[in-house]
Amino acid sequence: MNCLWCYNEIIPEITWTNLFQLDKPKPVCNSCADKLEQLQGDRCIKCSRQTDAEICSDCQWWKANQETDPLEFNYSVFAYNELMQEIIAKWKYRGDYALCGIFKTYLEDAFQERFSKLKREIVVVPIPLSKERAKERGFNQAKALAEFLPTKCTDILLRKHGEKQSKKTRMERIDTENPFILENPINKPVILVDDIYTTGTTLRHAADLLKNQGCPAIYGLTLIRG
Amino acid sequence: MPSNVNAPFNLKELSIQYDGKLLLRKEILLDEPVFQQLLSSNYLTERKSIIRKNLKFQCQRCGNQTAYLFAKIPCQLCHHTHVYCRKCIEMGRVSECEMLYYWTGPTPKWLRHAHPCSWQGQLTSVQRQAAERIVAAIRNKESELLVWAVCGAGKTEMLFLGITEALQHGKRICLATPRADVVRELLPRLQKAFSTVSIQALHGGSGDKHGTAQLMLATTHQLLRYQNAFDVIIIDEIDAFPYHADPSLPFASNRAKKAESTTIYLTATPRKQQKELIRRKKLSHIFVPIRFHGQPLPVPKKILSHGLKRDLHNHLPPAAFLKWVNVRKNPNRQLLIFVPSILLAEKIKPVLAIKLKKAGVLKSKEKLQSVHASDPDRESKVQAFRERDTFILITTTILERGVTFPSVDVAIFDAGHDVFDEAALVQIAGRAGRSPNDPTGEVLFFHNGKTEAMVQAIDSIKSMNKRGGFSK
Repeated sequence: MNCLWCYNEIIPEITWTNLFQLDKPKPVCNSCADKLEQLQGDRCIKCSRQTDAEICSDCQWWKANQETDPLEFNYSVFAYNELMQEIIAKWKYRGDYALCGIFKTYLEDAFQERFSKLKREIVVVPIPLSKERAKERGFNQAKALAEFLPTKCTDILLRKHGEKQSKKTRMERIDTENPFILENPINKPVILVDDIYTTGTTLRHAADLLKNQGCPAIYGLTLIRG
Repeated sequence: MPSNVNAPFNLKELSIQYDGKLLLRKEILLDEPVFQQLLSSNYLTERKSIIRKNLKFQCQRCGNQTAYLFAKIPCQLCHHTHVYCRKCIEMGRVSECEMLYYWTGPTPKWLRHAHPCSWQGQLTSVQRQAAERIVAAIRNKESELLVWAVCGAGKTEMLFLGITEALQHGKRICLATPRADVVRELLPRLQKAFSTVSIQALHGGSGDKHGTAQLMLATTHQLLRYQNAFDVIIIDEIDAFPYHADPSLPFASNRAKKAESTTIYLTATPRKQQKELIRRKKLSHIFVPIRFHGQPLPVPKKILSHGLKRDLHNHLPPAAFLKWVNVRKNPNRQLLIFVPSILLAEKIKPVLAIKLKKAGVLKSKEKLQSVHASDPDRESKVQAFRERDTFILITTTILERGVTFPSVDVAIFDAGHDVFDEAALVQIAGRAGRSPNDPTGEVLFFHNGKTEAMVQAIDSIKSMNKRGGFSK
């Protein structure tokens, strides 16, 4: 096996515990895995950002500017550090699809930790790409992540074409009109899955639609808290 | 009336834009109807981008056949799951469901320049000999020639006659090198030497991506987008990373040349493979053993330093180095220190600054800097050293070649480390004594046990000096 990121060969260590039954092959080598920064310690209960406060300043702002927040909470796994920025650039923008394999076990663990106690009937909904963007990219990164989770995954959202989120400023992003269309309303709780939570606008736009059309509870699971 | 008069495109322009290229659809900036028309009139031809060969895949752009460098993607374009190449993905994804396209329409006529060369300098007699050999190779359409010229022989100037010859006969030329910084350094020199010729430079960070000039300057990576394009390809530093280590790059340069063409290889330190070809007379070559200022190459000294690994582990300079630095033959020379790792380059800097300031070698701590490949200030730090604002520079192997500092002494900490192979050691030694005003310089290998590479590097420098007519 070669590391998905640095291509160095991964040589599994043989110990008494795995002598007869080998461990699952690791997607990345230890030295690359060490450079990924997992969020830990004190975090905002709403958005997963590392902070001393119980609710971070971003989420206070959301609270003050919205009547009711359609999103119960967002949970993220990684910080957006240097290596993660490089991985995302190569994965999303260069289109190296296989790199999502790096995140599989991390997402499974995050699901176990934060969502497994919620209702059984919970459904995973990936944040969609517009048709044009999907054609350009060839795959939807959020869907690739959503499919790692051990529950039902459905595409019920559509996205209108617009400018890339990453090219807008913070206020422009928060002010944009809702880019989503809900194809099939759903009456089960939903986990929205996306790659990066930056301002939280994208998730809240999607959550708004779902909530208004009868969805009981909406959560967010994102790979990165930007 | 000829049929293409009403065509919505200009064939001549298109042929200059696309002849000699091998591109993905998204790299061809034409509207779909025009594109389809060119395909159906056979001006553009398609070929598969990934083929299956003896149970293996092969990417037709980069030649990659390594199994772990292919992966599968559930494609939203064709709604199938198929392979794509991970090897050359930085240049845009090559997927099995997409084709590669190349120009099969009329070929462009490149200009015949009567007097293209505006360079005013003079070649030494040794340089002239090599330059004339290159001209002969191009004139006689020899397929390959290796120019083996010692560090500081003035390789670039030796090329000017050959490039002139090619331009006079309306040939298309590409000067390729593995390193983007060398491309950046060469562009102004070529523009000055061939001021009336259109020249374009291509590398990962270059904005101008057309690649349509008669005289192209490119990193060897950029040749992945070319096929059957050049009459003359000159590959500088063939032994440099990553060209010698990455089979895609020889694959690409080989495809980028025309069937009848000349490839000139330049190197100061040929690898075993080339030396073997020379020995078996399978590769014609010319050897340039003398530096342009006519002085021999400085011969490195090995200095055994006890406890070197321990010292470096604690981020301390080797004891023998601190002794030597006080008794340098010419204390006015700047000092270039090579270390085996980025970590060491960063960690050893503060300690060394304190020690050398105490010893009176440094006027202030700021006169010592360190630089490595992922240093954001890399270019400005190298420039500061060139302008003597920095007195001592600690570096990794990134500065082993392609850079000229007029008057330096060179020290290597842990010269026995794996990263310093024979070629690297010869190149590093070649940084010293490059100016006619100070043609010597000390080169010291600090080690804790000599290695094969060190011995061979010193032998090879001595034998090059011998071939240059210097005894001992």
